[in-house]
Amino acid sequence: MRRLAATIPVLGMVALFVFLMLRMTPGDPAAVLAGDNGTPQQIAEIRETLGLDEPILVQLGIWFGDLLQGDLGQSYFFKKDVTELILLRVEPTVALAITTLVITVLVAVPIGVIAAYRHGTWLDRCVMGFSVFGFSVPVFVVGYILIYLFAMQFKMFPVQGYKELADGFWPFIHRLILPSITLSVIYIALIARITRASVLEVLGEDYIRTAYAKGLPNRVVLLRHALRNAAVPIVTVIGIGVALLISGVVVTESVYNIPGLGRLTVDAVLGRDYPTIQAVILVFSGVYVLINLLIDLTYSFLDPRIRY
Amino acid sequence: MSDLSELRQQTAGLVDAAASADAAARKLSIWQRLARNQSVVIGGAVMAVMLLVAIMAPFLGTMDPAEINPAWRNKVPGTELTDTAADGSQGWVYRMGTDTLGRDTYSRVIYGTRVSLIVGLSVAGLSIAIGLVVGLISGYVRWLDGIIMRVMDGLMAIPGILLAIALVSLSSAGLDTVILAITIPEVPRVVRLVRSIVLSIREEPYVEAAISVGTRLPLLLIRHVLPNTVAPLIVMGTYIVASAILVEAILSFLGVGIPPEIPTWGNIMAEGRLLFRIFPHNILFPGLFLAVTVLAVNMLGDGLRDTLDPRLEKRM
Amino acid sequence: MRPNLPIGLAAGAALVAGAVMSAPASADQTLRVVMHSDLKIVDPIWTTAYMSRNYGYMVYDTLFAMDANTDVHPQMVESYEVSADKLTYTFTLRPGLAWHDGSPVTSADVIPSIQRWGSKDSMGQKLMEFVADMQAVDDRTFTMVLKEPYGLVTMSLAKPSSNVPFIMPASVAATPSSEQISEYIGSGPFVFDVENWKPGDTVLFTRNDNYQPRSETPSWASGGKVVKVEAVEWLSVKDHQTAVNSLIEGEIDYIESPPNDLLPLLEGDENVALKVINPLGAQFMFRLNHLHPPFDNVKIRRAALASINQKDFMQATIGDPAYYKECAAMFICGSALATDAGADIVLKSDFELSKKLLKEAGYDGTPIVIMQSTDVNVLNNLGPVAKANLEKGGFVTDLQAMDWQTLVARRAKREHPSEGGWNVFMTSWTAADILNPIMAAGFNAGCDAAWFGWPCDEEMEALRDAFARETDAAKQKEIAEQIQIRAMEVVTHAHGGQWYRPVAYRSDRLDGVLDGPVSYFWNITKK
Repeated sequence: MRRLAATIPVLGMVALFVFLMLRMTPGDPAAVLAGDNGTPQQIAEIRETLGLDEPILVQLGIWFGDLLQGDLGQSYFFKKDVTELILLRVEPTVALAITTLVITVLVAVPIGVIAAYRHGTWLDRCVMGFSVFGFSVPVFVVGYILIYLFAMQFKMFPVQGYKELADGFWPFIHRLILPSITLSVIYIALIARITRASVLEVLGEDYIRTAYAKGLPNRVVLLRHALRNAAVPIVTVIGIGVALLISGVVVTESVYNIPGLGRLTVDAVLGRDYPTIQAVILVFSGVYVLINLLIDLTYSFLDPRIRY
Repeated sequence: MSDLSELRQQTAGLVDAAASADAAARKLSIWQRLARNQSVVIGGAVMAVMLLVAIMAPFLGTMDPAEINPAWRNKVPGTELTDTAADGSQGWVYRMGTDTLGRDTYSRVIYGTRVSLIVGLSVAGLSIAIGLVVGLISGYVRWLDGIIMRVMDGLMAIPGILLAIALVSLSSAGLDTVILAITIPEVPRVVRLVRSIVLSIREEPYVEAAISVGTRLPLLLIRHVLPNTVAPLIVMGTYIVASAILVEAILSFLGVGIPPEIPTWGNIMAEGRLLFRIFPHNILFPGLFLAVTVLAVNMLGDGLRDTLDPRLEKRM
Repeated sequence: MRPNLPIGLAAGAALVAGAVMSAPASADQTLRVVMHSDLKIVDPIWTTAYMSRNYGYMVYDTLFAMDANTDVHPQMVESYEVSADKLTYTFTLRPGLAWHDGSPVTSADVIPSIQRWGSKDSMGQKLMEFVADMQAVDDRTFTMVLKEPYGLVTMSLAKPSSNVPFIMPASVAATPSSEQISEYIGSGPFVFDVENWKPGDTVLFTRNDNYQPRSETPSWASGGKVVKVEAVEWLSVKDHQTAVNSLIEGEIDYIESPPNDLLPLLEGDENVALKVINPLGAQFMFRLNHLHPPFDNVKIRRAALASINQKDFMQATIGDPAYYKECAAMFICGSALATDAGADIVLKSDFELSKKLLKEAGYDGTPIVIMQSTDVNVLNNLGPVAKANLEKGGFVTDLQAMDWQTLVARRAKREHPSEGGWNVFMTSWTAADILNPIMAAGFNAGCDAAWFGWPCDEEMEALRDAFARETDAAKQKEIAEQIQIRAMEVVTHAHGGQWYRPVAYRSDRLDGVLDGPVSYFWNITKK
């Protein structure tokens, strides 16, 4: 509970930052709204209707007041509540994040364990090489190469787009595979590395030797003892990695044209849609804080010695 | 993506803890240990080459990277310029082709090395300088600590890339803005590291002794605390360099990077991506330089960390 | 739990069956289109954004419309009469016009619609200066009484591009023009499916089955708007490469604005057709700020004019000569008012002349702040070319890159360039927006009332006023010629060349794609 309460001032700081940042930078939503051929008079009129001519402190007061009542405001462009816009975009982003996590765990943990088990062999070196490489190639380059190969040359996947789960599972997952692989490259690099390291550490412990001495097969030792004890650091990294995932989502969604929160953010920033930018950043930060809180709680589940 | 530098740092040390422990046991001098670490040697060598390329850019057979030539746009690598070049020479060959304005991609990639390294190094330098000062203050001035750490927690909670996108695209695009925008999300992590070092050192008997004999605060900081931060900050700085170069490329990709007039690997790729299928050279060459450099910096970071400070992750 | 199971199953099965039954039909007859941008604002009067205009053509209808020869034809209007003194226009609406909710379109809807548009649009404002009164005679007839004869009444009501005088229901049209409308009912050939609108992603229009099209063959927005598909879906795809790939793969049917550099990919595909539907194309505009040095000096403006040339701009942005044309006519080559008079200086760079003029004017090397947009594909390369040519002509320049939205905000600032203002920017206009000196914003030289750049010239304003009052086409053309000459003398702006961008569509599936300054989605059939 104390930890939960501690998140409130953090989110308050985030809100304040974002608000000040937007108001202190140039760029005028009114000019954007008026259109490419809008006249100076039209722009002045729009500024007035949006309340942008009020003093900054008054604008801040109004926004904070609404925020406390759970009202994120209305988009300048779509004339819709930001909450509604965000809800429309949640499914694709969550779906992308989950499939990415699934792919990552399915790939990274086994190769990490194998690398640890075959410590020092060429297999281990390959895994380690990949893990550094995965960190060094920008997400969009990976995306383009995958599209070029698997969508255009081999025609295995659609080039772009997103289908809702409601439209059927196959079309849904079919369109998610390439983006998820793209996004998971960097993540696999990270988790494979940490898995290998944690398992390696655990393999040196006495009770593992005992387990081997008892004549338990490799498979059982690795899975039941080593991996289980390596779980804490792995989970930690998945938690911190959420921020990384959010960054990756922004880029991946624009490469594959997925109508998720990442693209909403970029569009809102480029269009100076202040209420939407404020809300989306707030939501992302909230999710980040919340997930890290959950991760902390998971520790005490995985390792009863840790308590909060 | 600034989160990247943190993650790299957290995970790197775990990898070859065993190897570094061996090295430490041999009690060699720091330089000898560094020279024995493969990662440091390879990463350092590649970085040295890149630095040379950056410094020597004008002498590597380049032309003005901003020189446009609309009649020679979108040419494949190896195309020979049959007109007279801007500097009056004949028979110029576009080694890496040209971009949509007819600029020489080879020259842009070579000059881009300069800018990308400037971005990487400046971000590392700035965030460490700011983080060091704020971290020291936070660790020593107790009444300020609470406030500073709340602000830092707030900054940390905003995903770095979103913060950078917002900062750059909302203010005017320029080299300085981009550097600043990538720096800001990095700062809190440095602050946390420095603060934790300060807090742990405060408890050391020799520091308590120094306090009790009335050593003044600035002297205390300089004599006892700063030296202890050097190794971890060098390691962290290396990772920040790598992540800053990548973040710059991503900002450019999203259209909020350094103005296209100034070539960086990121914006060469950003401009080239529209024509990726027809003219992949504008993505492949800068992409190669970028990947190799970041790889080298990361290896250097891993190596430095194993050698200098194997227990770093415990402090984070 | 168990007793409920069969019911749940049955309901599930029904849902599935329903989905299966409706899916194939809509899948076949839905036109999937990638437009040039997102639809953001659903009020085509409130903003001049082209996406809102395109939305307007789907949902609303117009009184008059222009055809491919830029001649004006009645659209919602059945017939009209002009009194002998040219002061009273009497319009009669076609029978059977209805809003999407079934109620009839009446004169009481039309008048406030014209008024709302007339308070916002530049050509509408000019029209309103002449209008003394508008009165409904009966449900289908209304009159417009002028203070003095005006030559552009029906031309204004047929204005093809932003802001288009769309007719809206009276209650909607009563919204002040400073506020956005919040209803989506029109009388046009498509119905906006607001329930399924996902802002920033998809916009869905369904066929308006009650729409009564005219019997004439369609030409631009005139003639019969017969919808031959069940629905049109606008998809927002940010990445052009992705859009082109999806067209080749058949995931979409139509791209409104594929970048010229990507056309080679499509040219090689036998299932894809490229068609220039807008034969007049578009024109680049080089705009100078008259408020601040050095461009407050006409000689230095002339020097800039001498430095630039159309070919460099178009080579660097369009590339393929099949899609651009060097053209001295400011009112668009191929249009009624096209003339070369006084304006061929933009065809060739004359750096010596520029340097000479700069010397005479005593140019002190003040850097010219050029704003370069970096995220609107066709505009990206204009800035660097302008910089290169101005520098060769003796100018010192400061090229500042920014995204288009920042540019749009900054061009509205009157401050000195060193305090957030600017000297030069470049943009592009659809030909349909600049066919005469009243609709083309660039010619307005009314100082503070002028478009960004704020040129100030009484002679120009007098000429434009004379043009508006003139009702004889031949004399109008003479005045337009003088306006063009004057525009070049005082350098309100320069024309950076005429260019064309085809639409790309699946020729194996679509038929009947119409020409026009806007992509119209009636008349298209899908196999």
